[in-house]
Amino acid sequence: MYPLDFFGWLADSSWSVGLHESQYAYSIVESVHVWAMAVFFGSVVMFDLRLLGWIMPRVPASEVVRRLLPLTIAAFVVMVISGTLLFYAIPLRSYQNIFFRGKMLLLLLAGLNVWLFHARVFRNVAAWDADGVPPRSARIAGAISLVVWVSVVFSGRMIAYNWFDCDRQPQPAFINLVTSCAATESGP
Amino acid sequence: MSLLPFFQWCYQSAIGETIRESIWLFPVIEAFHLLGLGLTVGAVLMVDLRLLGVGLRKQPVAELAAAVQPWLLGSLTLMVTSGTLLFLSEAVKCYYSFPFWVKMTSLFLVLLFTFTFRRRVTRTGLASDRPLLGRVTALVSLTLWFGVAWGGRWIGFS
Repeated sequence: MYPLDFFGWLADSSWSVGLHESQYAYSIVESVHVWAMAVFFGSVVMFDLRLLGWIMPRVPASEVVRRLLPLTIAAFVVMVISGTLLFYAIPLRSYQNIFFRGKMLLLLLAGLNVWLFHARVFRNVAAWDADGVPPRSARIAGAISLVVWVSVVFSGRMIAYNWFDCDRQPQPAFINLVTSCAATESGP
Repeated sequence: MSLLPFFQWCYQSAIGETIRESIWLFPVIEAFHLLGLGLTVGAVLMVDLRLLGVGLRKQPVAELAAAVQPWLLGSLTLMVTSGTLLFLSEAVKCYYSFPFWVKMTSLFLVLLFTFTFRRRVTRTGLASDRPLLGRVTALVSLTLWFGVAWGGRWIGFS
């Protein structure tokens, strides 16, 4: 089964249609997603700013991680659950949406940055913990994180707009390629 | 006196019209508004969590409040600027929107609270002398901010 068929089948399932057409459930899930995003993004930015040496230079970096990370993780879990539900409510259209695809790639990039940071830079935090301005590698990780998460929020917000949707033809061939619209394009 | 003529004047302003007629201006300004929201929540939470006894517990409240203050002011400026632009483009809809009025009332109250009472509690030693006062301050602040966030999100659904 190809992804398009699978998400098409999912879009026709009764729970997906129910969530999509519900009067309040969809709006509530979307609100929870936005509010969790605010908490997640807010705490991530505070830590990124610390890595860049722009805020709280006298608080050890590891202390900021230890105190903020539980909140960041909790908000992330809420965001993933609510985000999955939002996708589940409109699966086929989201799957083919150019901003959704961009957002998923950016999330991978953000994850890679987190992994590299913890595997390489944060491992020897003891050496630079008290530095008001952390070493170059930590500052780069902080800057990448800031840029990537800002882009995630941006592309997430744009998923709502249908500028590049498959049912709005004609689109440039490139757009139809990256949204897999060519496969579903039909009509005269 | 009704405020409706003022809202209509905002709606008909050149800026409002430009944003309304563009297909991408509103979404882009909205995205900046969201980023401002995230940054504001971050700056507010740092201090309010500390007042509640979680988060960066080892740092003095006053030090933490002073550290995040420029970021709070910056994010508030971003939010108010982008929010005003969004408002101009759909002012008449806002006039008839219940969530909009919830948001404006909460916003007025939370700004007043933040720059008077909360400022005094966080800048002086009040919060460490009287932890309960600090907790109540944080709860009032977070509740009011949630009112702003609730109203803001539901303007779009109404």
